[in-house]
Amino acid sequence: MNALRRNVLKGATGAGAVAVAVAAGLITPARVLAATPRSAFDAKGMADTMKAMGLAAPADSKDITIKAPDIAENGAVVPVEVTSSIAGTSGIAILAEKNASPLVADFSFQGGAQGFISTRIKMANTSLVRAVVTAGGKTYTAAKEVKVTIGGCGG
Amino acid sequence: MAEPMKIRATMQGDVADVKVLMNHPMETGLRKDAKTGQMVPAHHINTVTAKINGNTVLEGNMAGGVSKNPYLGFKVKGAKSGDTVEVSWVDNKGDKRTDTAKIA
Repeated sequence: MNALRRNVLKGATGAGAVAVAVAAGLITPARVLAATPRSAFDAKGMADTMKAMGLAAPADSKDITIKAPDIAENGAVVPVEVTSSIAGTSGIAILAEKNASPLVADFSFQGGAQGFISTRIKMANTSLVRAVVTAGGKTYTAAKEVKVTIGGCGG
Repeated sequence: MAEPMKIRATMQGDVADVKVLMNHPMETGLRKDAKTGQMVPAHHINTVTAKINGNTVLEGNMAGGVSKNPYLGFKVKGAKSGDTVEVSWVDNKGDKRTDTAKIA
């Protein structure tokens, strides 16, 4: 519980920093996901990852569906399916919030590809699986909690 | 040279449903070898690209957070039966692999 609380606090201060950076014009919110810098994959913690991706406070959206098990027995293989019914979806990023490096993968679509991606990810702990969708220069997000009984990162 | 991928592509109405299974260890670099106690160096796919008849439809970045032998499913509208799906990946050691399949 303490760890969760710490994370929430960290997240809050991090989000504040991002908002300030946006206000100062340092980060352009309308970033194309495909251009996600490689460093975002090495960023530790949610706040740093979102900052590295250049995403500022995406809006919650009900048009994003995350299909993942409620309880994953093996954290090394967690099937995750993200469907975005937002018109003009151009990118989907998948994050596991409590992984050492939360950003797992990101995908960008073109030439008729639908806003759908299905893959399998590793999860260290029970946490939210978050999808960040880019559509028409805006970002949207949705999350689903997955309980993990055996972690899949590290040994 | 890396192991070949399995690619299966079928038409579901006017949308092509593509499923890809890549063969890759996807080491995060955070895991210890149980026998030697040494860290297993990171070895994972960095980028994935999918093309249909030579036109890019999907570009992806991955890291060690994707499961071993990554599975990838995506859907492409406007593709036809008989079109060629080409999937390629590059890993963090510069190794690469490209495989193709026809949409059934």
